[in-house]
Amino acid sequence: MTTALPAVRARPRRRVWTPLWLLLPAAVVLGTLFVYPMWQLGLLSVLDFRQAQVSGGQPTRFVGLANYTQLFGDARFWSVLGATVFFAAACVVATLAVGAGLAVLLTRISRVPRLLLSLAAMAAWAVPAVSGSTVWMFLFDTNLGLVNQALGATGFNWMYGRYTAFALVGAVVVWHSFPFVMVTLYAGIEAIPKSTLEAAAIDGASTWRTFWQIMVPILRPLLAIVVIQSIIWDFKVFTQIYVMTRGGGIAGQNLTLNVWAYQQAFAASEYGLGAAIGVVMMVILLVVTLLYLRTLRRSGEPL
Amino acid sequence: MRITRRLLDALAVLLAVATVFPIYWMVLAAVKPPGEIQSLHQRPWTLAPSIDSFHRVLAVDSFGRYFLNSLLVALVVVVLSGLCAFLAAVALTRFRFRMRTTVLVLFLVAQMVPIEALTIPLFFLVRDLGTQVPGLGLNTLGSLMLVHTAFTLPFAIWMLRGFVAAIPEELDEAAQLDGAGRFTVLWRILFPLVAPGLAATSVFSFITAWNDFLFARTFIISATDRQTLPMALLVFFKPDENDWGAIMAASTLMTVPVLIFFLLVRRRLVAGLGGAVKD
Repeated sequence: MTTALPAVRARPRRRVWTPLWLLLPAAVVLGTLFVYPMWQLGLLSVLDFRQAQVSGGQPTRFVGLANYTQLFGDARFWSVLGATVFFAAACVVATLAVGAGLAVLLTRISRVPRLLLSLAAMAAWAVPAVSGSTVWMFLFDTNLGLVNQALGATGFNWMYGRYTAFALVGAVVVWHSFPFVMVTLYAGIEAIPKSTLEAAAIDGASTWRTFWQIMVPILRPLLAIVVIQSIIWDFKVFTQIYVMTRGGGIAGQNLTLNVWAYQQAFAASEYGLGAAIGVVMMVILLVVTLLYLRTLRRSGEPL
Repeated sequence: MRITRRLLDALAVLLAVATVFPIYWMVLAAVKPPGEIQSLHQRPWTLAPSIDSFHRVLAVDSFGRYFLNSLLVALVVVVLSGLCAFLAAVALTRFRFRMRTTVLVLFLVAQMVPIEALTIPLFFLVRDLGTQVPGLGLNTLGSLMLVHTAFTLPFAIWMLRGFVAAIPEELDEAAQLDGAGRFTVLWRILFPLVAPGLAATSVFSFITAWNDFLFARTFIISATDRQTLPMALLVFFKPDENDWGAIMAASTLMTVPVLIFFLLVRRRLVAGLGGAVKD
């Protein structure tokens, strides 16, 4: 009894400090490479910072909100913002429609087709964004692409038009991201008690009706998470756009905020302006994130 | 009813074929002889497979070098990120401390940050770091390892948390009663039990690092021998005529390791994701 006492007394103190030691490596890495750069991004956005300042030819100058006023006064910004929102929205809707449709399909088919479909989806999921982009570019190539040859439209360049280019990039994005939605929703549907679905079937409910009136309400928290995760991903699409449209398309017609910020900084050496675009994006995504957290809290999942 | 099922089965198989078709087309184009790739009548098969494109990619353009670079970066990231994430996940599941929820929320928020925008300050950070530590500056693989470790961490922690939480706490307590120290509990009890989850998490970290185009594009400016796969692939895009055979061979080389990896840990991945998404 007496020998056990010191150990018991020592434990509470250790309890307080151990988690901090365990968190330390992650905190150091994230502090230097995540938090500090975020602060720096904000700082850059209020500076006049171009090639001359990078090379040290001119001193950096604090310009207040000049970068932002320049940005908001630029018609291009609004056009790019509109394109970003539109592109992301279209991708999210398409991804969810395909993912949810296939998730429902998975519940209604035999074992072997189910395995084949989920393996196929996994494969599409695994393909790196760069090689996925190159393959689709080859498939839709002007003359050598299978699609144009099959359609008898050789000579048609998908990348010339703003909308055809966006559509093609969007198709690749959906191809890459529907498996996540499918797998998550399928797992969710499988977790719904069989008796509930059977009762609906006995009452003569169609697949369509079962989906909207039974699965969707039950899966609402999961759906919210999938939707918001998709919004966040599709708002930030970079590689596919950069690779497929060669950095933003003809005369920048396929720029999204993300690619534009990058190009302003690294192609035009307008680091301050690029950072300002980055901050705007971050604010938009932060709002989406707050919605996400509210959804999580409402669905009652403890953190 | 049976007919409907047959139809749905057929539909599913059809969709599966459509989904993998681009991958099939990539591999096919990689093994097609040059004449067939230039053809204006592409056939969905080839009767004369050739390793010509692979040979061109590997021998002439030293793609093997880039492959190794990518592999090295990805493996170091997996180890570093896995280690940090494991420790952090233990801290966040096994202890109740002040700010715990705040820390968790921060990890969640971190996943939303547009990393592309952060490349701007990170570029300068890495440049300045290079003057102090040459191995971590611009044009080094070290810089890529560093940033990927950081950017894979939030998700890895978030995902591992579920796996650690699934291990009954009685196990640690029993071990502690038997006289095991914190360190022993960590490495001898928790680590082996979390290993499957760690494997699934590692796949994600590996893929993130392996697929990365953004940082390779930004940090590796002039040192071509430190290039990684995604950037090296774009070399085959030429203004006059794209060398599709080489592009597809290079894409295949880049895709196959990830594909194998992904399919191997498929089940665990889904379980882990379920946990990560639900929490």
